[in-house]
Amino acid sequence: MKIEILNGKRLVSNEKVSKQSVEAKHAELKLEKPKTSGQWLDFNRIEVSDGVITGIDTETKKSFDADITIDAQNCLVFPGLIDLNVSLREPGYTAKGTIATETKAAAAGGVTALCCSPDTMPINDSEAVTKLIKDLAEESNACKVLPLGALTQGLKGAQLAEYALLKAAHCVALSNGFNPIKNLAITKRCFEYAATHKLSVFINPIEPSLHEGVMHEGYVSTTIGLQGIPSLAETTAVAQLIQIAKSTGVHLHLSQVSAQESVSQVRDAKLAGINVTADVAIHNLIFTDQRVANFNSAYRCMPPLRSESDRLALIEGLKSGVIDAVTSAHQPHEAAAKQMPFAETQAGMSGVEFILPIAMALDNQLSEPCHISLIDFIHAMTHAPASILNMTSPEIACGHEANICVFDPTIKKVLHAENILSQGKNTPLLRQTLTGQVKATIFEGNISYQSETDSN
Amino acid sequence: MPFLDETESIASLQLTPSGKLKHFLTVSGLSKELLTEILDTADSLIEVGERNIKKVPLLRGKTVVNLFFEASTRTRSTFELAAKRLSADVLNLNINTSAASKGETLSDMLRNLEAMASDMFVVRHSQSGAPHFIAESVTPGVAIINAGDGWHAHPTQAMLDMLTIRQKKGQFEGLKVAIIGDILHSRVARSQIRALNTLGVDEVRVIAPNTLLPKYVESLGVTVFNDMDAGMKDLDVVIMLRLQKERMQGALLPSEHEYYQLFGLTRARLKHAKPDAIVMHPGPINRGVEIESEVADGEQSVILDQVTNGIAIRMAVMSMAMSGQAEVQLLQQEQAKEHSAL
Repeated sequence: MKIEILNGKRLVSNEKVSKQSVEAKHAELKLEKPKTSGQWLDFNRIEVSDGVITGIDTETKKSFDADITIDAQNCLVFPGLIDLNVSLREPGYTAKGTIATETKAAAAGGVTALCCSPDTMPINDSEAVTKLIKDLAEESNACKVLPLGALTQGLKGAQLAEYALLKAAHCVALSNGFNPIKNLAITKRCFEYAATHKLSVFINPIEPSLHEGVMHEGYVSTTIGLQGIPSLAETTAVAQLIQIAKSTGVHLHLSQVSAQESVSQVRDAKLAGINVTADVAIHNLIFTDQRVANFNSAYRCMPPLRSESDRLALIEGLKSGVIDAVTSAHQPHEAAAKQMPFAETQAGMSGVEFILPIAMALDNQLSEPCHISLIDFIHAMTHAPASILNMTSPEIACGHEANICVFDPTIKKVLHAENILSQGKNTPLLRQTLTGQVKATIFEGNISYQSETDSN
Repeated sequence: MPFLDETESIASLQLTPSGKLKHFLTVSGLSKELLTEILDTADSLIEVGERNIKKVPLLRGKTVVNLFFEASTRTRSTFELAAKRLSADVLNLNINTSAASKGETLSDMLRNLEAMASDMFVVRHSQSGAPHFIAESVTPGVAIINAGDGWHAHPTQAMLDMLTIRQKKGQFEGLKVAIIGDILHSRVARSQIRALNTLGVDEVRVIAPNTLLPKYVESLGVTVFNDMDAGMKDLDVVIMLRLQKERMQGALLPSEHEYYQLFGLTRARLKHAKPDAIVMHPGPINRGVEIESEVADGEQSVILDQVTNGIAIRMAVMSMAMSGQAEVQLLQQEQAKEHSAL
């Protein structure tokens, strides 16, 4: 298969940023203004053949004989996004989503690789389940699926899962999902055993005894009488996890931090040289608990949407590099899961398809504390997650695997449920105007998504 | 923040285009004029309860369903009496939530009831926001009256308290009011604080230990006191809340004994308030836990007036919401006519 992409702008990342060592990254945290991570350069033609980028603006007049031509007029071309946390729902919860539907949705969002959480049914704590997920993903062939294996058997927080076997079956890291381990001795042993096998642990920081409630504990929860989850439920867990990571030497990745205090703790840990990274769910960058004031269950998330000062601290953390990566934290649900009184509904948003329109909105925010440039955002969903996962840094450059997103930032469209590919239509963005549209996604040299207007 | 918040606010959800009540979900967001209209309407209906034949035809031919997902005696029976005095047909459903959750969903159950041509649901539910959910997405053509939801709101209780205060004090301006006890878990307190502030009292105080206060309680527009004697000073209105026995578990309070020592309303404590202060309680009262028997039955107590006023307030909001629904239906019919004329 040969593909050519014509006449757009490609992302050229600042090599120093994308390839710098952990020490250099940590040193940068001390700077007031971190370097920008790249720039847009015009190109005439990008050539892809047999899964690899083989030429950019080659001088030879020789025709390329492309099977597929993508016109990238007005478009930005950058590496396919890597999403660190997506719930594919299969096996077990196919009323919410399947590996086929959700990986195709991811491709439509410009994603070419994703980590899927182990909280399926059965839980991904064995080679057999991992193999099933890999097989179904291969069949769908819409993006690379990188399973997270269970940190404990059945996610029950009692016994170690078979890390070596899970690793052999291509689990890329370990996670206990939203099932926090109650016993710190177990956490410590899990971290020790993970370090033994050089596996990273992806932990959602939750202190279970403080984690009662259905939304952020703040002014809004006080007003409307919903039980609030205090920030303390996260920050005390972050503190404990960082100390255990330091002691065991494991690579700790904190998934979906949501509170201001977590950001400063991660900063201190990084400055102290502890091997810790963190990501943030994209909705925590644009929404706050104010959206829950009228009991709209579309805004119920885990971790919850927190206050404006938390949101600003997360944005600042992302810009300064304290928070490494952004994830869609995609959680598709069937309609009935959200049609109940608020506290009885299930948490989570369907979001893997709307990452880039949200990034455009963040780029368009004019007030400095809210603004994230599109380039920095893309960095947080390409180079940063690749580095967390110990993968080759993706680039639009010759010799690199052809995982490419062609994105038109000029298209404006109103979002309707019937245009969502994910089985989960549970997004508060319905009926809103989204700016920017993925025109095509190339996964391992093949078209994994092409927008309707272009595929005709 | 980018992207609009499309959610209809609770305040606008319960009003018709011309600003009349069509549901009664919360006092939050309602104007002083509207709250005053509720009180005035209730005042005019009090007289019905004193008649020989205690009926007016305001809801004649209408079907009111009392949907109680949580046990209640007083609130349910006053709603039933109120509906009957308005000449409505009343159906009482006490729904054991655990049994309900096994079978059909809340939405299915309510749509079935709507199909039986119900005109009004009076809803009590243990989840905050449940009546709002029903009004918004389940049965938009049925008037919803909130009879208490989770920790969120109990607007008819708050309004009957306001009616009682107005009867005894004449006006709201200049009054100092304190609410004492478990504010954290109290829908009554949240609604009272809103109503008192909207109606323009001088000061609303809450008196409780920190374990029984929501973390950001000041943002509701109250002054916080941990010391009851200090908080009682110069009060015109003392509102006691019921202390649930289960608060001793989960380390919210050490014992009823210590609570009574610190926050129990005794004759001695009441002396710190103004001599003509009134004592209120939404009931049912725990004698010797939050209030001394002699105070509950004393001259300053208006607890039984509250119960009487409860019927009038419920008659008022039921008749107002029903006429609001009629206005909406008329509007929809006119729009349909215009549409078919085109």
